[in-house]
Amino acid sequence: MILAALPPAAEVPALPLHTAGKYVAGAYIVLFAIVLIYVAIMAIRLSRIEGELHQLLSEHSDEHPPGGRTGRLSEREGSRGNE
Amino acid sequence: MQATGEVDTITRPASRPEAGLIKNTRRALGEPPAAAVAPSYGRGLRTLSIATVIAMSLALGLVFFYAPLEAEQGFLQKIFYVHVPLAIIALGGFVLGGLLAIQHLRTRDVRWDYRSYVVIHTSLIFAVGTLITGSIWARGSWGHWWVWSEPTLVSFLIVFLLYATYQPLRFAIEDPERQARYASVFAITAGAFVPLNFIAVRMSTAYLHPRVLGSTSNLPAPMALTFIVSLAALALLFATLCKYELTAKHARAQVRALRRRLAAAGEGGAL
Repeated sequence: MILAALPPAAEVPALPLHTAGKYVAGAYIVLFAIVLIYVAIMAIRLSRIEGELHQLLSEHSDEHPPGGRTGRLSEREGSRGNE
Repeated sequence: MQATGEVDTITRPASRPEAGLIKNTRRALGEPPAAAVAPSYGRGLRTLSIATVIAMSLALGLVFFYAPLEAEQGFLQKIFYVHVPLAIIALGGFVLGGLLAIQHLRTRDVRWDYRSYVVIHTSLIFAVGTLITGSIWARGSWGHWWVWSEPTLVSFLIVFLLYATYQPLRFAIEDPERQARYASVFAITAGAFVPLNFIAVRMSTAYLHPRVLGSTSNLPAPMALTFIVSLAALALLFATLCKYELTAKHARAQVRALRRRLAAAGEGGAL
């Protein structure tokens, strides 16, 4: 219905650069924003995993005293994680 | 987002830091070192990310500094170098998700379900990009954000809405095994619908929607090259995002498995 009222593509004059520019910029900004949002979500998830791992290591080192074999392992892992 | 089921299988060699962590945990738990450790989804992620950045930069350079202006649409046609590849990859991803789901039902290996889920999830994001960039182009070219009588637009929206129900369906089921199985059946059925829908629209359309893929041979060489590079760059971006998500999900599953093992070892020690 709407398209019936539209002129054929060949008869539509090309938009001037200053008008088309904002649409093109908009389309590419959308792509950039999608990637940016995705990366931000992944960063949040990664920090959550890191937090879980840190909690796990601290729980484990609490259970096993630092003098013990496993305690030493946890300390080494913990310091490696902070690097 | 929830992980569907936790991959705790030990099959392939892990990357160095991950393997070190697993090895040390095994030692901490008094378990013998395994000959083979957990699979690593993160392997090659850095190379893939660098390749994606290079390809995206090259594609943007070609779009704005190399490809000539199209005679009819002028500068507005530059949107097609992002809109059409996004649509192709989104639809291709939906079909790929169905193929991975077939593999899941065949093998009952939960890792195929993981892959199917991640591919469909990423395709859905690309589909959102397709709809938005398409609307922007329609506004610039036709003067309307959306045209309901255009079969290509409406059919793509139907496919998008169909896949938008995938996640609610998936996470409405609590049992992980049933969840994976039902999601796979959905992915296969919907994946088969995508090419059928595409062919039906192609056959019935009044050719109002601009055709790029069918007329690539008619494109001038610089435009065709730019389009192919853009398609390759966005395909790389798709692969990178899928790999990132798989790696994150796998790392989370590993942490949970580690928590369970440590809890079990603690209970064993208390007894």
